[in-house]
Amino acid sequence: MAGAASTFRGTAKPVERPGAWIGRWLLIALALLFLGMFIVLPLVIVFAEAFRQGWMVYLAALTEPDALSAIWLTLLTAAIVVPCNLIFGLLAAWAIAKFEFRGKSFLVTLIDLPFSVSPVISGLVFVLLFGLQGWFGPWLREHDLKIVFAVPGIVLATMFVTFPFVARELIPMMQEQGTTEEEAAISLGASGWQTFWRVTLPNVRWALLYGVLLCNARAMGEFGAVSVVSGHVRGLTNTMPLHVEILYNEYNFVAAFAVASLLALLAIVTLVAKTVLEWRLSRDIKHKAG
Amino acid sequence: MASTFLSRLPFRPKPSVIPGFGITLGLSLLWLTLLVLIPLASLFLKSATLGWEPFFNTITAPRVLAALRLSFGAALIAAAINGVLGLLVAWVLVRYDFPGRRLVDALVDIPFALPTAIAGIALTTLWAENGWLGALLAPLGIKVSFTPLGIIVALVFIGLPFVVRTVQPVLQDFDKEVEEAAESLGASSWQIFSKVIWPSIMPATLTGFALAFARALGEYGSVIFIAGNLPMVSEIAPLLIVIKLEEFAYAEATAIAAIMLIASFLLLLAINILQRWSERREQRG
Repeated sequence: MAGAASTFRGTAKPVERPGAWIGRWLLIALALLFLGMFIVLPLVIVFAEAFRQGWMVYLAALTEPDALSAIWLTLLTAAIVVPCNLIFGLLAAWAIAKFEFRGKSFLVTLIDLPFSVSPVISGLVFVLLFGLQGWFGPWLREHDLKIVFAVPGIVLATMFVTFPFVARELIPMMQEQGTTEEEAAISLGASGWQTFWRVTLPNVRWALLYGVLLCNARAMGEFGAVSVVSGHVRGLTNTMPLHVEILYNEYNFVAAFAVASLLALLAIVTLVAKTVLEWRLSRDIKHKAG
Repeated sequence: MASTFLSRLPFRPKPSVIPGFGITLGLSLLWLTLLVLIPLASLFLKSATLGWEPFFNTITAPRVLAALRLSFGAALIAAAINGVLGLLVAWVLVRYDFPGRRLVDALVDIPFALPTAIAGIALTTLWAENGWLGALLAPLGIKVSFTPLGIIVALVFIGLPFVVRTVQPVLQDFDKEVEEAAESLGASSWQIFSKVIWPSIMPATLTGFALAFARALGEYGSVIFIAGNLPMVSEIAPLLIVIKLEEFAYAEATAIAAIMLIASFLLLLAINILQRWSERREQRG
């Protein structure tokens, strides 16, 4: 019987058609050429342009006061935005993944909304709310408060844009985990907090970390939304991407690419961490199954 | 009677021993409303106060129409290019083994992670007339940077991962036995692809195309550097919103934004329907 089966072509191991390897390598070459031109070269040119005039010019561009204040504002924004979205992500994921209720998929769609809004519009809505001609504009001016064209506006716009990131990573992961472990913990007498800290959180830690990393990368790199609400005051309301824009428009290319290289490095670090986390995630799943 | 009525209300859970439903859902809804829903609603309220005629006059002004046409057109072309090349990249990554495959796979996410402004200045320099790639095209008389062609290049960069990451898992789950059966029945490679594989990955490819299109439509950071930004020629709609804002023409900026936002919402709806279709296909297959 086994002998009969192996006389049929392709039953044991697919036999490649003659000449199929040409097609295969052609497709691989095409894909690599495309990725090389569109993905790799843009990344390479950032560093090539940044170091065009050597280390000293590079370092000088990064340690200049305006650059330092842009770096500081970017770090400050991320330090406020990421924890807020982390807490929101955990709250939303707990409600959505651990309970069954009507309107759930609609809620998930609402959480994803900021993804489908143009960054420019994400900034514009805050100008319409808090700008001088906005709904709260007169009240804010009376109380001498400034949100738009100041740091609070930058934080708000960044928070809007990065709003779904942590929730998005957590919800499918927590849904997959199910509720049996939590129910077991509760029936053994654990409190809600204990269950969350000891059972749920360890189960989703890699997905959580991944969501935080993505949220952070986007928060530090957001350009469109921040550009609309910032007012571009040099040294005061400039984040790193905005500083890059100003330098570039002043034809100060080396300095622009020097600051850009820091953000490109952040992107690379984020992707490396992502690859490592995905590897750990699949190992954990295999470990559990095994 | 009362309990069946209550269970029909939205956001009412089925009974569970796990605590914290009320507080977590309540706080998430509050946060969502304050940060996302009220700001977005304010945009529509503001455009409603404009009155129909000024609104209509704004969005039918030649400069605005040209910007909208360019934004939709360039996004459509870029998404179509991504549909084809993204499918190719997904295919190569799933089906073939070659040295450096995992590195290439990781690189596909670069457009997600790289800030758009950085992508913008890098692509502009690369495709400028004296840039690494632009210099190759200059003798042929093709200019990329500072032309509408540049906009398409930037949008292809931005949209690529959407198609690859949507098609990849479906292609991975595709049952190879069906393909082998077709081959043993004497189908050619092209027949196998078009008659056996394509029907089952088509919904995912369309979803990826729609995601790339939606993203390209609103894209700002990577485009404004490479576009040249000539009114009527290479000025995209999001940039026009920014220009109107800088001129303190808030009403006009809001009107253009409202049109773009409605387009985004319609796309979101289409994507949801496509995704459901794609999931059904997969389950059936």
